[in-house]
Amino acid sequence: MLLDPKIPPGPIEKKWEDYKFHMKLVNPANKRKYKIIVVGTGLAGSSASASLAELGYNVHTFTWQDSPRRAHSIAAQGGINAAKNYTNDGDSVQRLFYDTVKGGDFRAREANVYRLAQVSVNIIDQCVAAGVPFARDYGGLLENRSFGGTQVSRTFYARGQTGQQLLLSAYQSMMRQVGLGNVKLHTRREMLDVVVIDGKARGIIVRNLITGQMERHEADAVIMATGGYGRVFYLSTNAMGCNVTATWRAHKRGAYFANPCYTQIHPTCIPVTGSHQSKLTLMSESLRNDGRVWVPKKAGDKRAPETIPENERYYFLEERYPSFGNLVPRDVASRNAKDVCDKGMGVGGSGLAVYLDFADAIKRVGEPKIKEKYGNLFDMYFRITDENPYKTPMRIYPAVHYTMGGLWVDYNLQSSIPGLHVLGEANFSDHGANRLGASALMQGLADGYFIIPHTIGNYLAGANLPKVTPDHAAFKDAEATQRDMVNKLLAVKGKRPAIEFHRELGKIMWDKCGMARTEKSLKEALVEIPKLRERFWKDVNVLGGAGDLNQNLEEAGRIADFLEFGELLVYDALNREESCGGHFREEHATPDGEAQRDDENFCYVAAWEWKGTGKLPELHKEMLTFENVHLTQRSYK
Amino acid sequence: MNFTLRVWRQRNAADPGAFQEYQAKDILADMSFLEMLDEVNIDLVHKNQEPIAFESDCREGICGTCCQMIDGEAHGPETGTTVCQLFMRSFKDGETIVIEPWRARAFPIMKDLIVDRTAFDDIIAAGGFVTANVGGAQDGNNILIPKPDADTAMDAAQCIGCGACVAACPNASAMLFVAAKVSHLAHLPQGRPEKARRALAMVSKMDGLGFGNCRNHYECEAACPKEISVAHIAKMNREYGSAALLSDQDPSS
Repeated sequence: MLLDPKIPPGPIEKKWEDYKFHMKLVNPANKRKYKIIVVGTGLAGSSASASLAELGYNVHTFTWQDSPRRAHSIAAQGGINAAKNYTNDGDSVQRLFYDTVKGGDFRAREANVYRLAQVSVNIIDQCVAAGVPFARDYGGLLENRSFGGTQVSRTFYARGQTGQQLLLSAYQSMMRQVGLGNVKLHTRREMLDVVVIDGKARGIIVRNLITGQMERHEADAVIMATGGYGRVFYLSTNAMGCNVTATWRAHKRGAYFANPCYTQIHPTCIPVTGSHQSKLTLMSESLRNDGRVWVPKKAGDKRAPETIPENERYYFLEERYPSFGNLVPRDVASRNAKDVCDKGMGVGGSGLAVYLDFADAIKRVGEPKIKEKYGNLFDMYFRITDENPYKTPMRIYPAVHYTMGGLWVDYNLQSSIPGLHVLGEANFSDHGANRLGASALMQGLADGYFIIPHTIGNYLAGANLPKVTPDHAAFKDAEATQRDMVNKLLAVKGKRPAIEFHRELGKIMWDKCGMARTEKSLKEALVEIPKLRERFWKDVNVLGGAGDLNQNLEEAGRIADFLEFGELLVYDALNREESCGGHFREEHATPDGEAQRDDENFCYVAAWEWKGTGKLPELHKEMLTFENVHLTQRSYK
Repeated sequence: MNFTLRVWRQRNAADPGAFQEYQAKDILADMSFLEMLDEVNIDLVHKNQEPIAFESDCREGICGTCCQMIDGEAHGPETGTTVCQLFMRSFKDGETIVIEPWRARAFPIMKDLIVDRTAFDDIIAAGGFVTANVGGAQDGNNILIPKPDADTAMDAAQCIGCGACVAACPNASAMLFVAAKVSHLAHLPQGRPEKARRALAMVSKMDGLGFGNCRNHYECEAACPKEISVAHIAKMNREYGSAALLSDQDPSS
């Protein structure tokens, strides 16, 4: 079946404005009568909760964390893009749109990307108004820096803590609405199911993580902003609690999962040191503004980096991509780092690292300037590695960072279940097969502040929504299903902690479906994952009970979902017989090793429908058309 | 490396709780403190014993979730560090390490090392924001902000809301947390229209939630993983003082 993205008619510059005018509105006095559930309190969830409450809707917001301020948006370091052209270097909405479509390797939906570029300018204004302390120059104007995949400086930042400052600002706006009684905040509640009545999303089942009780919450519409699924690889830059559970459970109720194989491997992370490691730490891409990436020319060269003379160093990004240099997009930078390491030029104990060197920048502008720009990142690097990056180059290696795939949504950000809307990293829509740096923060706030407040009104005003109560049979069924799942986990009483299965799954995913994938490796993964899942359900040991705070149980439930979801990710990667962005199939490469797309056969979004455990999912296609940015082989040379 | 851990175990809020001893064996210097606890927990599950409940999320020192008193110090012995960014190379092989939850009346213990810090959210909801509805913002460059002001605002805004300041304070005062937000927003032109109202409302909420008073011990600054300066408390006191003197508005309105 072909999916209809519901893109409005008209020229791309006019679509959003025209569409907003033609949308149905909910009268201000009637908004209070509509109850909207928002799941997740990252940038997208907090900003949506705040702006919907400002409009007058009755908002109920849920997070599994102890406070909405903890969401992982907080860890974003480098910045947020906006087409302001404050730097007079030729930026425009058109250019941000073009860079994003090209950066995504022509696998994003043009109309969504254009809208994102349009509202990007409003996001900066809104954030300044709400008190975000962006970096400023001595004249008091906003500062910018550059990120990968672009040739302009359009990234706004607050030291190395931009995500923190944007999240806290959205959080504060939401907490203001909590204080005013317009948002009811439910913390320490984990969403386990979507309740669908008469084909529409009408509520959720959550587990109260303190008491263990299942709770039913009904609503007129449900918004999910529950983040990405990077932890299917176990090791990633994601937080410990990031999970696929909410989106996976929604998928099992009928929401299509789109492009799960588009996963972003970030080039600049602190390398893995041992099996005990619980997560990997990102060093912001903004460092590539001033840091130069290199390896020794001679394979196996063990000399200290400072002692290797200039002519024996291989600045592989600068040499291979002279136009973009160290600021090529993430997928390109990661693949090249892997390539030089595969050729034996990698550094550090494992040989799986390259240098990111600031010596030239420090010589040019002085240590204090570098400290001002990146001080907290350098401190973090020092703390983790016990090495001083002001004196010796950082060692970095690619790591799983962001997931471009997610629940399929149309132009309204509505999933294939009417009334279920999906925002931020949890949806699939704007980044194609590779996200450009500093665009995740932009998308989260665009969705929450500027898009969903319009499109949800259009949905509510046009939908027939008879009152439902939590004693409806669909709520009872959903609650019983989730209660059974909990009891089933506790009943296994095997020998091994859940985390050990997670580590095994991560290894399969990274080795067979990581930076490079082949038909053979993917087929092996499709055999290994179901076997691992079977072992999990025979041998996992979940201690404690269902009726109180039980972190073991929470973790095991999330890992059980990863064990199902991982299979879908691999299946999607196998289906996509081409290379594009973060999805690199070794069989499909250009002679010089770049990703080789197959536009004739794969210029579509793969949206998968759940058909039951152990059954093959059904593929639905949304065909992609490129009327404004023409399909070309990406080149950053 | 090997360690003896004395860890606070408490089943739930009603349970009196007690210390229990555990052995952490074959620990690497490059492990973080929480990775060391992960290994202890894996070992406990293999022995069919319920693991130690503790919270963490980002594990890169920015989300503020992790919170442990280690040998009597909030976030452990290193300065400017959260527990998740504390590495075992900071400890001596064979050492005994005492691990407790934050202890403050306003942060009730929920289980083992997990406490309830909802009080911080309540303080923010009372006034820790700029009233700026979406839709009406002017261009971000229309109001110039002197760089020193933007930088000072950022220094204060770095607070991660972990509660170490409260845990370290002999009076369990939340002054540094509140001051950081008051000072951040008072240094920016966008935050000034409601600065008096904000200072009054946040302080009044803080007082009502069971936090103690500030007696200038400055333990908060020493424990703060973001090294937020007590100078912001002085700024808050100025804001509060002038608000109380000059404003006749009821902070709760």
